Amino acid sequence: MDRCASATAPPSEPSTAAVVSDTRETAPAVNAASVMHAAGFPVAAPASGLPTTTPATDASDAQDASDAANAVNRTNETNTAASPGRRHFLASLVAAPLLTIAVRLGLGEEAQASSASVTAIGLPDVVDLGDVLILAGALTAFAVLLEVDAQDRVHLELPRAEVGQGITTAAAMIVAEELDARLEQLDVQLSPARPEFAFNQLTGSSNAIRSLWLPLRAAAAAARARLVTAAAQRWSLPASTLVTRRGEVIAGDGRRASYGSLSAAAAQVVLPAIAPTLKPQARFDLVGTPTGRLDARDIVTGKARYAMDLQIPGALPTVVARAPTLGGRVRRYSDAAARMLPGVVAITEIDSGIAVVAETFDQAFKARDALQIEWQAGPLASLSDTQIRARLRNAVPPLLLPPLLSATVEANFEFAFVSHAPLETLGAVADVREHSAEIWYAGKSPIIAQQTIAARLGLPVSQVHVHVIRGGGSFGRRLFFDAALEAAQISQRLRRPVKLMWTRNDDMRHGRMRPASFHRARATHLLGRVLSYEHRMAAVQTDLRHGAGEALTALGFSLAPAVASQAFYALTQNLPYDFGVVTNLLGEVPLDMPTGSWRGVFSGMAGVVHEIMVDAIAAKLGRDPLAFRRDTVTSARVRAVLDKVASAGPWGRILPPHHAQGIGVWDEYGSSVAYLVEIDCSDASAPRVTRAVAAADVGLAVNPRGVQAQLMGALIDGISVTLQAGLHIDNGAVREGSFADFHYARMRHSPLLFEAHVLPPSGEPGGCGELGVSAAAAAVANAYARATGIAPRRFPLLG
Amino acid sequence: MPSYTLLINGQTVSVDAPADMPLLWVLRDKLGITGPKYGCGVGVCRACTCHLDGAAFTPCTVLMQQLPAGAQITTIEGLADGDTLHPVQQAWMDMDVAQCGYCQPGQIMAVAALLAQSAPPSDADIDAIENVCRCGTYPRIRAAIRQLAG
Ligand code: FES
Ligand code: FES
Repeated sequence: MDRCASATAPPSEPSTAAVVSDTRETAPAVNAASVMHAAGFPVAAPASGLPTTTPATDASDAQDASDAANAVNRTNETNTAASPGRRHFLASLVAAPLLTIAVRLGLGEEAQASSASVTAIGLPDVVDLGDVLILAGALTAFAVLLEVDAQDRVHLELPRAEVGQGITTAAAMIVAEELDARLEQLDVQLSPARPEFAFNQLTGSSNAIRSLWLPLRAAAAAARARLVTAAAQRWSLPASTLVTRRGEVIAGDGRRASYGSLSAAAAQVVLPAIAPTLKPQARFDLVGTPTGRLDARDIVTGKARYAMDLQIPGALPTVVARAPTLGGRVRRYSDAAARMLPGVVAITEIDSGIAVVAETFDQAFKARDALQIEWQAGPLASLSDTQIRARLRNAVPPLLLPPLLSATVEANFEFAFVSHAPLETLGAVADVREHSAEIWYAGKSPIIAQQTIAARLGLPVSQVHVHVIRGGGSFGRRLFFDAALEAAQISQRLRRPVKLMWTRNDDMRHGRMRPASFHRARATHLLGRVLSYEHRMAAVQTDLRHGAGEALTALGFSLAPAVASQAFYALTQNLPYDFGVVTNLLGEVPLDMPTGSWRGVFSGMAGVVHEIMVDAIAAKLGRDPLAFRRDTVTSARVRAVLDKVASAGPWGRILPPHHAQGIGVWDEYGSSVAYLVEIDCSDASAPRVTRAVAAADVGLAVNPRGVQAQLMGALIDGISVTLQAGLHIDNGAVREGSFADFHYARMRHSPLLFEAHVLPPSGEPGGCGELGVSAAAAAVANAYARATGIAPRRFPLLG
Repeated sequence: MPSYTLLINGQTVSVDAPADMPLLWVLRDKLGITGPKYGCGVGVCRACTCHLDGAAFTPCTVLMQQLPAGAQITTIEGLADGDTLHPVQQAWMDMDVAQCGYCQPGQIMAVAALLAQSAPPSDADIDAIENVCRCGTYPRIRAAIRQLAG
């Protein structure tokens, strides 16, 4: 397969177009990935040079590449008109020489690179230019590699992780739409760690589709323009008379050519004869169509490979004996008995415990259990839930406005720690040699992992190859790469490849977890109107001091997109109600605990508090919860999703005793969502959500079926954390050890009927992965309150 | 180390393994059959669910010495008939059940065993499925079972 890479110049070079070097003469078939790795930084590009073919005479000949770039840029500007931050970023992007170059490479001068591959430069949503500049020199921003091979396959390399959100399918749909290819032609790979992506390779904050939308389309449009041009040249027809459909270029006289057959010729096209303009949304026939996941067959046949399923030669099963307490350390140990056991290959101490390598995991477990270890208790050994809750209560920032006596609604709320508990526990395969290392794991922050691992191993970053493998769930957990770092250390120490797996106990007892929080909220009202709403939250802080690896992970995450907890909090808390004076503050309590953002981050708790308060205020005012929301809400989109669930429910239908409905809404990530749930509390110890209806406006749902799946998962999360799933801390240790006592919902807790309504397109794609969590949780809590008369104040409600 | 002869996915397999080793690790680490997943190792999450003589079981809790002689084991890899998917697998495709997919081999094996019993499953039978899906795909699993039960 003939593949070429087009790419950006190193950021230290002031002008790019001149920097490209011709790789064709020495290496006719250049693999993009190998070029990148060999260079260590981006990137030798196939040269421009003189045109070897002449575009067909055509009306659009006059349109040069920069026009094309402007055409797409105009689209960008239009698309971001509503977002001042992003427009600023765009403007700065154009003004800054390096980023201007990058844009031209992606959308204009890219056309001069002699390849069917295109590199499009995209713009992250949340990060502004200031943040980008902090990462000195790493200005190449964002790259998507799109390649058309001679066998008619379209290869897309995606700088993101797939952990179940379905982004590989959605990204393939976007490309197929803009390229006019068949979805089955798409072959999506997850990019290995590439420093040139900077932190744009981070998968988080529900931003994957939001940030990939334009770059993917631009890349596909540029590729399509060249394929059309190649066909026009082959047939000596004006390019403007040709159409593309389902992976072929078609002439008016019926002649057809597949993209694969045109790929080599398209690689020689210097100036496309038609402009690579983006399709108007009205002409989409794939984007917006409910589509099954591309990897569904691999999953249902057991072929899908996760990190622990890889057969890397010589990589033997490895587990780590970990302290019983959080942050505990080995004081001394004896492995004499363990070494005698069958199948044991090696035992060594690492920062987090004692690593055991054996021929099978079972033998590794048995040897781990035979180790005699004296532990030094972790830093929290004197702390249990009671003390932590007291600290949080004391740390909650004060309310500012005085209460209006009788016209006040006030409540306190508490949320327990919650495990991420992805069903696939952490794991990583590492093969560390003297001068290089290879790591395989499900990484959402592979670049920071690569840099940290390189530093820890004492190897140059360019010699550490990080492969991103599909992950069995994340919910925020895989932003951290603890297992990859441990595996690398063990492999280096033992001079052999290892396959390290965290056990379920490791996962539950050593984090990470959603931080526990305490909240105080107060609303004042007069004459049926809310005059003020104050919310104060105290949460255990995400600790950055656990070691270089974790600190850097957290740093990476805090840079993109969370600048810091406070800024992140401020960015994400948008109360969609007309509540007069609204103040909203976060206080963090530093505790040396392995915390981490959990699906929804702060909104997962704060959004629940707001929506329970809305119900409480409505009750105080003698209003129906739905009618009160409809009258008070400030966003037409929120009102629309509210109306949708109210009519689908329908809201207010007659239910048996101890049954009730509840609603919750949320507005974040450029999207709005509402849930209506029905709960059966006839057995007070086992409340059951029996029905649930969700509605979401996600701007444009690339794959409505995928959006529905995310709304469904968020509902089950909401049921779990509201009713039954939480962690307890006893003397510095997590009490729960598996799904036997961490009560994440099972089938018997899930509704008998679930509907998710995706509203018609209202704009560009918003985020949806985390969108539903708080609204679903709040709807469950509000339904519980109405069914039982018990105010929901401490979560999980069943302890 | 004792030697065992098993019928796995229709093929006779001989393997040397310690008598006290759970079958899951023989499948995964010795035979390279990685469809059955580890999620807890203690019979709770059911991610490893396979069939033993047609009934669902968790190989993480069954030791080699406990396997009956001539035991027939089916893993997710052996459920389809060549390229023709088992109806449960097909229903999973139709309903687009999977998210991360990690629990799904176990879910599919559990449901295939459930449906092989005579009566179409009631809501209570479906509720009795213990397999954890941390991505929360339960509503689509329920829809797929209802579709299969007709
Ligand atoms: S791994 Fe077998 S039940 Fe969890
Ligand atoms: S699909 Fe991810 S755990 Fe079930």
